[in-house]
Amino acid sequence: MSSLSLSLPLPRPTRRAAFGQIVRNEARLAWRQPTGLITGLALPVLLLVVFHAIPAFRQPSANLGGLTTFGIYVPILIVFSVAMLAFMSLPMPLASYRELGVLRRLSTTPVPPSWLLAAQGVVNLGTAAIATLIILVGGIVLGAPAPKNPAGFVLSFVLCVAALFPIGLLIASVARTAAGAGIIGRLIFFPLIFFAGLWWPRELMPGALQALSEATPLGATVTAIQDSMQGQFPPAAPLLVLTAYAVVFGLLARRLFRWE
Amino acid sequence: MSTQMMARTREPGPVTGTPAVEIEHLRKTYGTLVAVDDVSFSVAEGEIFGILGPNGAGKTTTVECAIGLRSPDAGTIRLLGLNPHADRDEVHEIVGVQLQEGALPAKLRVGEILEMYRSFYRNPADVGELTEALGLAPKRNDYYRSLSGGQQQRLSVALALIGQPKIAVLDEMTTGLDPQARRDAWELIEHIRDRGVTIVLVTHFMEEAERLCDRVALIDNGRVVALDTPANLATRARDGKSVRFLPSAPFEDRLLTELPEVTGVEHQGQHVIVTGTGELVNAVVLTLAAAGVTARDVQLDSSNLEDAFVKLTGKHLGHQEGQTS
Repeated sequence: MSSLSLSLPLPRPTRRAAFGQIVRNEARLAWRQPTGLITGLALPVLLLVVFHAIPAFRQPSANLGGLTTFGIYVPILIVFSVAMLAFMSLPMPLASYRELGVLRRLSTTPVPPSWLLAAQGVVNLGTAAIATLIILVGGIVLGAPAPKNPAGFVLSFVLCVAALFPIGLLIASVARTAAGAGIIGRLIFFPLIFFAGLWWPRELMPGALQALSEATPLGATVTAIQDSMQGQFPPAAPLLVLTAYAVVFGLLARRLFRWE
Repeated sequence: MSTQMMARTREPGPVTGTPAVEIEHLRKTYGTLVAVDDVSFSVAEGEIFGILGPNGAGKTTTVECAIGLRSPDAGTIRLLGLNPHADRDEVHEIVGVQLQEGALPAKLRVGEILEMYRSFYRNPADVGELTEALGLAPKRNDYYRSLSGGQQQRLSVALALIGQPKIAVLDEMTTGLDPQARRDAWELIEHIRDRGVTIVLVTHFMEEAERLCDRVALIDNGRVVALDTPANLATRARDGKSVRFLPSAPFEDRLLTELPEVTGVEHQGQHVIVTGTGELVNAVVLTLAAAGVTARDVQLDSSNLEDAFVKLTGKHLGHQEGQTS
């Protein structure tokens, strides 16, 4: 994702301490300017509670293969959370750091500016993990099935992050300002979340739309998570789709990221 | 401008040993734009070296190349013998930089920012001591966004110094500061130099260069047009000084031209302009008084760096309060 210089003159403990300090300050900023926490954590959790409150969503449906609509929504809301963090919460601060000259200032110190990207990645990954855990546990408490294949679930989550976070870095490369990054992030988020089935369950989509959904990173993640919920290890297709996004956008972000 | 030349107690001696900064035939272009044409200078350890010039002269590009932020097209750069690109890690450890126009995240506290940058260095300064020296101690728990422009600038200087650098590069450090804050910053710079830090100061404030710098490089159109002490540059601009006054009664020029201090007498309407050297004003006023003539409306025009700059480049520096008319 980002090139971490390993040839620093700093001794190892100092390097760790320096990275820890950067992560701590990024976490403080995430807490004090909680756009990411609201859209990436509070909003999907709120939707989980709202969906559970709808009686019809709690009825098993033959159309959905005997699952409840609520159960279908758990993976969708997990993807909602990771996508919000990847497309908005990750790129907005990075674009503003370039705009403010923070990346430039950092490149005059022994610590390379790529560490700030890595720290943003760590903070958003942590938020995504916490949000996913809350949605998953909350879903189980409210009657959704627990993932019967935990390893498949974790792998799906990791690949989802690996596919979406580089897209966020690419947004930060293209946008000049934090506001611009926010706009681009939304423009990417809303069509993609449609394919995840937020407004229209994918099970009810026409075949062509379903196939298209499988090719999007959010659709592929929902498939992979749903399968691991039901007990199978996710099939190769969605995992390969996510890996392809991770590789392509990872390389693109690496090539195109602008430091000033 | 009535700035008096500051007599420096410290002679800018010849460069001995490894120079702190050594730049030879630096050239940097952006497309067809030649930002730096041919710049060479060398800064001795412990020196306060000024880089002076109008906007767009190539000052900032020179500095950015020197600290390894940009790759020069040609020329060599050594910082205490190190190459800013090949030895960039070591260079970043010993060179503290304050760039123009660098902001910080609005919702971080001053202390949090300082602690973070402190953790980047092997042998950092004490945060308490540094905030005290920069007058930021009462602001340690305040958000960056609540700082005034001057305080933000001082925090920027603090970040340049927090690694206890051997060389500090300060680009337009006092721009945006009020006069009192500027004088405080100057004192701080002298204080840092007294601790053995070499300082490269990019500025367009004449007064700042005259007050602080041991030597000054005047840069114009990407070239060094002059390099000397501020006093020598000013002297080079014009030998001596001139006094302009309104005599209470006519007098004979001979009265003044006979004085050893006087080199010329000129009439401009009712005013008289006397040029010369040394204690010119005293000599003129006392001699006229002895002849029963009072000199009114006396103005001493002393040449300074600004004059030197105008003479050497044909331009004014701009952004200058009370420019020489």
